[in-house]
Amino acid sequence: MSLFGRFKDTKPKSARVAKERLQIIVAHERNRRSAPSYLSALQNDILAVVKKYVDIDADQIHIHVSQKNNTSVLEMNVSLPE
Amino acid sequence: MSEIIVVTSGKGGVGKTTTSASIGMGLARAGHKTVIIDFDIGLRNLDLIMNCERRVVFDFVNVIQGDANLSQALIKDKRCSDLFILPASQTKDKNALTKEGVGDILEELTKDFEYIICDSPAGIEQGALMALYFADQAIVVTNPEVSSVRDSDRILGILQSKSRRAELNMEPVKEHLLITRYHAERVESGDMLSIDDINDILAIDLLGIIPEDTSVLTSSNEGNPVIMNEVSTAGQSYQDAVGRFLGQEIPHRFLDPERKGILKRMFGG
Repeated sequence: MSLFGRFKDTKPKSARVAKERLQIIVAHERNRRSAPSYLSALQNDILAVVKKYVDIDADQIHIHVSQKNNTSVLEMNVSLPE
Repeated sequence: MSEIIVVTSGKGGVGKTTTSASIGMGLARAGHKTVIIDFDIGLRNLDLIMNCERRVVFDFVNVIQGDANLSQALIKDKRCSDLFILPASQTKDKNALTKEGVGDILEELTKDFEYIICDSPAGIEQGALMALYFADQAIVVTNPEVSSVRDSDRILGILQSKSRRAELNMEPVKEHLLITRYHAERVESGDMLSIDDINDILAIDLLGIIPEDTSVLTSSNEGNPVIMNEVSTAGQSYQDAVGRFLGQEIPHRFLDPERKGILKRMFGG
């Protein structure tokens, strides 16, 4: 580390934090916009079924639809508690 | 051939009306017959910014409802004979703007005007949706700040799905980004999103960057579009943006902090 580097603030600059937060939320919202309209209803139903057996929150279920060539892939990710 | 341009943002207070006024004045002064329509029903302010608030007799909603005709409601600018204003109504009825009514008026205006600028209200309610529905081009006004960038992305999504061009599967609305209240010093110190940061996220054509400038407030105090203040950085930047809009290649200016000379640094200023 250079002599001057020592005095540099190691905390990330706020603009960088802003950019990272924006990239995540904007990508998330774009996915939701392009997702089929039944997706949130499907997510709620799946959540209700899983909840019958395991106690989880809505944010522990992730459903994602992506396009590959001519097929849509529905990907579901449920994080179960330990 | 006339073009309908919406000036929009989602978020309020980012400079939509300031931008509509300056871009409208700039296009008109370049010899293109232009009309600016205030879509902010219930909260009209374009009339104040354009210094014609005491000349409003009939408004946009009067024309839609058939209480007045267009020529009675259009206000001719006193500084530029190619510029006209169509003021918003102060009615509380949010649904006064119908798709058919707005469509009819815009169609009538396309016979007379080269550029029709729709000054959108904030939000994504009826007024904002009607302002963008018929657009051929969109100027998305964005501040280098998280909530504004997010709302701009949201508005871009609406332009791509709910505009007339999207519904009819036509060529999409041409999108332009206009960054306002840019503060070169704060970008340099890492406390404000840079142009590249915003571009990485929104990824649309950059029409202009308007620096934070005290002349924006003084101009609105006096009822002059800031583009008329030809010595101000904001005014010059709007003039550049108008040039780019008309197809000229103009480099962006005022992106780096002003280097203060030793005297200025010692004595301030």
